[in-house]
This record gives sequence, C-alpha cells and structure tokens, in this order.
Amino acid sequence: MPKDKRMQATAPPSPPPEAGQERFILRLYVAGTTPQSMRAILNARKFCEEHLDGRYQLEVIDIYQRPTLARDEQIVAAPTLVRHLPLPLRKLVGDLSDFERVLIGLDLLAPRRAQSVERSTK
Amino acid sequence: MSKTRGHRQSHPGALTKSPTGIQGLDDITDGGLPQGRPTLVSGQAGSGKTLLAIEFLVRGALGFKEPGVIMAFEETGEELVQNVASLGFDLPDLIARNLVLIDYIQVEHNEAGETGEFNLEGLFVRLGYAIDSIGAKRVVLDSLETLFAGLTNTTILRAELRRLFCWLKSKGVTAIITAERGDGTLTRHGIEEYISDCVILLDHRVNNQFATRRLRIVKYRGSAHGADEYPFLIGDRGLSVLPMTSLGLTHTASAERVLSGVPGLDAMLGGKGYYRGSSILVSGSAGSGKTSLAAHLADAACRRGERCLMFLFEESPSQLIRNMRSIGIDLEPWVKKERMLFQAVRPTLCGLEMHLVTMRKLTEEFKPSVVVIDPVTNLHAGGTMTEARSLVTRLIDYFKTRQITAFLTSLTAGGCDEESSEAGISSLMDTWLLVREFETNGERNRVLYVLKSRGMAHSKQVREFRLTSSGIDLADAYIGPGGVLTGTARIQQEARDASEASMFQREFDCRKRELDCKRQALAAQMDALRLEFASTEAERERIGAEEMERKETRVHDRAAIAQARHSDSVARGETEEMEMSLAHAQR
Repeated sequence: MPKDKRMQATAPPSPPPEAGQERFILRLYVAGTTPQSMRAILNARKFCEEHLDGRYQLEVIDIYQRPTLARDEQIVAAPTLVRHLPLPLRKLVGDLSDFERVLIGLDLLAPRRAQSVERSTK
Repeated sequence: MSKTRGHRQSHPGALTKSPTGIQGLDDITDGGLPQGRPTLVSGQAGSGKTLLAIEFLVRGALGFKEPGVIMAFEETGEELVQNVASLGFDLPDLIARNLVLIDYIQVEHNEAGETGEFNLEGLFVRLGYAIDSIGAKRVVLDSLETLFAGLTNTTILRAELRRLFCWLKSKGVTAIITAERGDGTLTRHGIEEYISDCVILLDHRVNNQFATRRLRIVKYRGSAHGADEYPFLIGDRGLSVLPMTSLGLTHTASAERVLSGVPGLDAMLGGKGYYRGSSILVSGSAGSGKTSLAAHLADAACRRGERCLMFLFEESPSQLIRNMRSIGIDLEPWVKKERMLFQAVRPTLCGLEMHLVTMRKLTEEFKPSVVVIDPVTNLHAGGTMTEARSLVTRLIDYFKTRQITAFLTSLTAGGCDEESSEAGISSLMDTWLLVREFETNGERNRVLYVLKSRGMAHSKQVREFRLTSSGIDLADAYIGPGGVLTGTARIQQEARDASEASMFQREFDCRKRELDCKRQALAAQMDALRLEFASTEAERERIGAEEMERKETRVHDRAAIAQARHSDSVARGETEEMEMSLAHAQR
C-alpha cells in the first residue's frame, strides 16, 4: 500500500503485542480539508490514543488526491475509517465523534455491553 | 421509428433529448431522455430496470458516440457483463474501447451505524473520476437505493442524494437512476422527490398466468410524451417498446390486386382478387375450410414467386402440408425453395407481447408479401380479449405499413353469430369473408359469402363452398322458392329439376310424333285424292276424244253420202253444222 500521499500519519513506537492485544492498522479516508475532515482526523487520533495506545497505525488518505484508491477500497462515504488489521476488514462511516460506536465497530466492545455503558453514562 | 426524432429541433430552446436507441422508447418519449438531466426508472424486482439502463448506455456508446459509466450497487462488473451478454451486448469490448466503464459500489451494512456525520464524497469522487476518465456523457446508477441499506442516517443520506442529482446536472451527464418500486410510492425510499424531470415506470404483470412487461412514462417535464402503458419485451437484442400504433393511419394503399388462388372467389371479388397490402379476415366455425382458403392464397403467392409466412397456432407444418395435399395443394416444394416459412407454436407458449415480437422479427427477416395467421382467435388464449385485440390492431397496422397482405382466419365458436363475435377486429379488416355452415336434411354444408370488401365491387351472392380433391370449388348455390339449397339438397333439387325437364321432353316428343303421324296420314290421303283426280281427268279426256272421233266419223260418213248423192247445198249446210259441233266438242 503506497503511503506517499498521506496527509497526516501517526505511527507511535509500538510495544510487542500482548496476548489478545492485536496491532491495529487503520486508514482514515477523508474528502479534502473540510471541517468535517479535520474533525474526523482529530477524533481518530484521540480515539487511538485513548483505546489503542501503542498498538495502532493510523493513516489518513484524501480521496480527492487518490480517487482510484477510493474505488479500490470501496469507499462510498467520507469520512470512512477502515480497519485493515486485525481481520476481518471493518468500515466505519462518520466523523468518529461517537466513540462507543467506534468501539463497537472495531469489535472492542460488544453491543450489549455498549448498551449498559450507555445507560450507566446517562 | 426515426420519424419523431426531428421533433425536438422544431422549437428553438426546447429541451434537448438524448436518444436511447431503444426500439420504440424514443417514439413515445418524443426523441429520448432529457439531455443532461437524471431520469428515474422505477419498477419491481425483475422488471427490467437494469437492462433498460444498460441498453441506454450501450446504444449511446455504439450509436451516438456517447461513452457511459455504470455505477453498479447491486451486481459486480463481471455479473453485469454476463447478464447482458444474453442480449448481445459485448461489454468487455466496450470497456476495452473506453466507451463503457463499470464501477461496482459495495455498500456494507454496519450494525453499529455511523460514528458521526458523513457525506457521500466517496461516491462523488469515484463517479467524477469515472466520468472524466472516459469522457462519459451518460451515467447509470443501479440502484441507488441500496445506499439506504448500508447507511442508517437517512437525513444525511437524503440531503446527499439531493446534492448528487444537482451535481449530476452540473456535470451535464444524462443519467438513469433505477429504484425499486415501493408500496404505493414510485420508489421504496421516495427518491422520486429529487428526480422530477423524467420518471419511467416499469411493470411486470401476470394476467392469466402470462407475464407481460409494461412501460409507462409517469412524467416528463418540458416534453410531450405518450401517456399510455406500453408493452415491452426483453428479446435477444435488447428491449423493444411496442407503441400501439406507431405511425397512425398513414400507410399508402396499393391498387395492385392479389389473386386469392380460388378462381370462384376472385370472380366474387370483382374478378381480380384481394388488394395487395390489405387485411383479409375469414370467419367460420371449426372445419369450415378457413385454412384451405389460406393455403390457396399462400400457394398462389408462391407461384407468383413471392414469399409467404404462415403462423400456425393449431397445426404443425407437416400436418398442414399433409392436409393441404388432400385438396390438391402441395406446399412442400415452396418450403424447400424458401418461399414459404411456417412458424408453428402453441398460443400458450408465451405471452401475447412475445408473440407480437416474434411475428415482427420473423416478418422483418423473411420479408414475405403474404402473411397468414391461422387462427388469429387462438391468440386470445395467451391473454385477455382486450390485449389480443390490441395485439391484432398493432399487427395489422404493422403489416399495412409494410404492404404485406395479411390473411387472418377466425374461429367462431359453435352457436355464436359469426358476424357479431368478430366485431372487435372485423372493423379493421378490408375484406371479410364468411364461411357459414348449414345443417339441413341431416347434413352440413358450407356456403361462402363476401361480407365486405373495401374499395371493390364484390358479389353479394352466396356461393356453395366445396372442398374437392383439386381445391376449393365455389358453386352457385341453388336459390329457389324453398330458400337456399346446398349439398345433397341442392343435388336432389337439381336431379328433380332434371327429371322434370326430361319428362316434359318425353311428352313433347310423343305429341310431336302423334302429330307427325297425322300429318303423314293426311299427306297420304292427299296423294290418293290427287291420283283419283288425275285418273278421273284422264278418263274424262278419253271420253271427250272418243266423242269427237265418233262425230268426225259421222261427218265424214255424211259427207261421203252427200257426195255420193251430189247434193251441194244440202251437203254444204250440213258440213258447216258438223264443223261447228266438232269445234264445240274439242273445246
């Protein structure tokens, strides 16, 4: 996967993965430097630092720059966060402002527990 | 078909149209889809939305040099290629020539929903890139509503779709957007609200177990369009929409005549037969000889070197050939010489529209001058009465525009009045022959008469219709004081007439002979009388002569005596007296 057109990339030094703590390879597809795109990028970074500290690789791609990649990666909406690893592939549509949904979408939180969390936070 | 295309140039500033190239669709849309605007094609599953859309692209690429992009949401590129290959569309070739580009858009359902706000820029970017990379003028989105399955935030989605259609317009591409038909709405997710320029509805209805596809233009802003439901077909060359009457009543009428193959019938039709390009209907009950009349016409056409196409809905070709041999018509050589073509199918094989298209296709390929449909009434089995009627109307219209003489046979159910049961199509016919059967004296006999024949002096006589081993024979029916007599009754009557005539003859002969005898007898009598008369006369002459002789002798004697006495005076006086009496006797 070429990385030359990366807009912003955060790849902190990763410690050896613990048991059950796989390494996450994420790509965030955004469309231009709109406020929505910026919000998504900030949210992604914040989420990764909070929940995937040290075991992630995040790449931000502007589909305006690489329209063929949007086709190859089946991107329809923007922003879209794609989890390439661990498998299976996951796609999360939206600006990532709802962390619970991101957790569920990345299989870090079971939907049922998410409900209880939702209740407890309320 | 190209006639209406000139229309859109007639008003400057009027809507420009993008011809679809789909048979018939450009006629009813008056030139095609609105150029540079999106058109919604809605219909149930399997109604042919995708095929219509792809044919629009393929025809555009091939016929109008307008490359096209397919954004496929439901099928992958490979699947699409396979699906349309059956219609003869070679998508891989078009893709290789940069005339068509397929982008498969996979929309995944995410249980968790969206993590926040989003837009459809991914779709915009891909579509924009695809359009620019081949210079596309046409776009198909099939089917956009799949997005509703993958994205839960419909508020954003709807706003984005609205933006998409505006964006498509600004791009100047002519687009087809397909959508599934909803319950009571045109589309399941109500996207017709955003596309209001042109909406086409496809329908796939099942009537009497026969499916018929129909197309209707629900709206077309800024353009005249046909408002009816038009049947359409998906054939092996794509879609064809079949306008009820594509050209109106503008066909030219030929004054040329076509012999019917039955001399007696030709004589009834002014001596010259049917008009070329006219439509002829023969009504009659089962077994009345309708097919035989048709075979005569077919045979006559083939003899002239023309071609004849026969659609059979009751018999197989070989059965027909065998049966027609029994009346002295051999059609097989014409089949071998490719002047005759049979198309024999069960009317229930397919829906009516499919029949129509098959008929049209075969007619266009074979180019016959005579077409026979035997019997046209069987088509009713493939649909409702109204549909069958509309089919026949369109068929006749079609044949007339191509100057093809159409011969249709119509089976009338037993007990029905032949004249009223055909009211639906008989008014379209130029010549209507009726074969009627009479049951009298324990037998059925056929009579034929010309009910109508437009534009010619035709006989109003009823003729007896006989099938002989040398073809159809039309005999003058016996019309006497007891009504019309046919068959055995006619033969009996004729025999009776003949015997009466011979009796008269005999009587006459007899009387003549009697008179002859009398005349001869009289003549004989006359001869006898004449002989008697002659002999009487001869007798009388003989007596006269004897008398004179006797008198002369006496005079001589007297003279001799007088001389002997020497008495002059006495002798002179006596001599004069003697001479006078002698002259009297001689007279």
